[in-house]
Amino acid sequence: MNTRAISPQEILLPIRPAFIIFTLVVALFINLLPWSGWWLWLRPDFVALVVLYWCIDQPRKIGFTSAWLLGLLMDVSDGTFFGQHALAYSILAYAGIVLHRRVQRFAITPQVLHVIPLLLMNDLIVLVIRLIAGADFPGYQYFVGSFIGGALWPLLTVMLKLPQRPRADPDHV
Amino acid sequence: MEHSPPPFFKTGPTPLARLLIFTTLSLVLLVADARFKYLEFLRQVAAVVVYPVQRIAAAPGEIARRAADFFVTHSALREENARLHQERLSNTLALQQHKALQAENEQMRALLGARERIGTKATLAEVLYSARDPFSQKIIVDRGLQHEVRGGQPVIDQIGVVGQVTRAYQWLAEITLITDKDQLVPVLNVRNGLRAVLAGVGNATTLELRFVPLNADFQNGDRLVTSGIDGVYPAGLPVAEISNVERDASYPFARIACKPLAGVNRSTQVLIVNVERSMPERPVEQEERPARGKRSRKAGL
Repeated sequence: MNTRAISPQEILLPIRPAFIIFTLVVALFINLLPWSGWWLWLRPDFVALVVLYWCIDQPRKIGFTSAWLLGLLMDVSDGTFFGQHALAYSILAYAGIVLHRRVQRFAITPQVLHVIPLLLMNDLIVLVIRLIAGADFPGYQYFVGSFIGGALWPLLTVMLKLPQRPRADPDHV
Repeated sequence: MEHSPPPFFKTGPTPLARLLIFTTLSLVLLVADARFKYLEFLRQVAAVVVYPVQRIAAAPGEIARRAADFFVTHSALREENARLHQERLSNTLALQQHKALQAENEQMRALLGARERIGTKATLAEVLYSARDPFSQKIIVDRGLQHEVRGGQPVIDQIGVVGQVTRAYQWLAEITLITDKDQLVPVLNVRNGLRAVLAGVGNATTLELRFVPLNADFQNGDRLVTSGIDGVYPAGLPVAEISNVERDASYPFARIACKPLAGVNRSTQVLIVNVERSMPERPVEQEERPARGKRSRKAGL
């Protein structure tokens, strides 16, 4: 195994709940940037990505309630049906919480292979709801964002783990 | 989790139970919203919560645009100034004629005892962003209930119709563009006055005329303006131009593709038109006088 990867065995500082909330707000903020055109297709759902990360990493600290509320906020800001993102994020949170022991055992790169299907499932739920409501299939580029989200996973892991890593001990030789 | 001993005996409901609770809740919300439109109040509340994040997130784009505006070259400004000057001159003429015509029209209307049809007031709104929803064509603008924007008002830009306000929040409003799937605009053909219904198909560059008979006189290049009979759009606003007419005898209707005239997905500023109209009262339906034969049949039953 790659020794530089952040393995679950590494002893980390306890996470601060404020940091979790902060990252979720930042993710919401990034989602709300004025994406349009091709960028909209390429954009991964950052809220889904961060919710999934915390559900896998800290399943006791974050769960369905926050995922569901974030989903509602997403629905309001895009003017879509109330509850479509809420439903998708709840199921995503469930998958994350159920799979967290398994995913944590893997190194970061194989984790991506778990993350991409989960993000695709998230997209698929939204897609099915819209198709039932009478929308047209927007084309396969709709799913591209999930793969990019998966590609961003290693970077996200490193960034979100940063505040938890113990500071280098100056007395340590 | 690694540091606190897990509270073995009070973990709450299992994930599966929670999943069921939240899924049910979401589905109830979805049905209540999509089917029965019960949740407008809840939406308003959530909109206020998310408003600051929305505004901050829209800021980078706005700053970039302002910066681009700031660094306009001197020659470009002079050119624009000259062009505007010329335009103003030609517009003055048109305006004078328009004023005369309006006065004449008013006089004739007064003579006819016709009601004042539309009193219009408009609110200038800046587009904050287009909704990040690949399934619909919507934009969000920075004027809302506080600026007397209401759902249903038509939205135009300097060229023609852009869309319609579908939801007004406190400080924001959501505008459904005419290119949105199932957004309908009643139009008439300028060339011959034929009326039709223009519908979006879901992409930004095409519209289609629906339910037009095969032999109807619509040709490439015809301009379509709002007909004004719907009570939403004021009459005579340019909407689209016909780009392709396809007549296939195996279909009951002609397939007519159009191009929107206004900068539907390009304009950064739009006008929300506040149409105050005094519609005549809906006539009281006269009670049908029961015919004699009918009554006897009823008696027979």
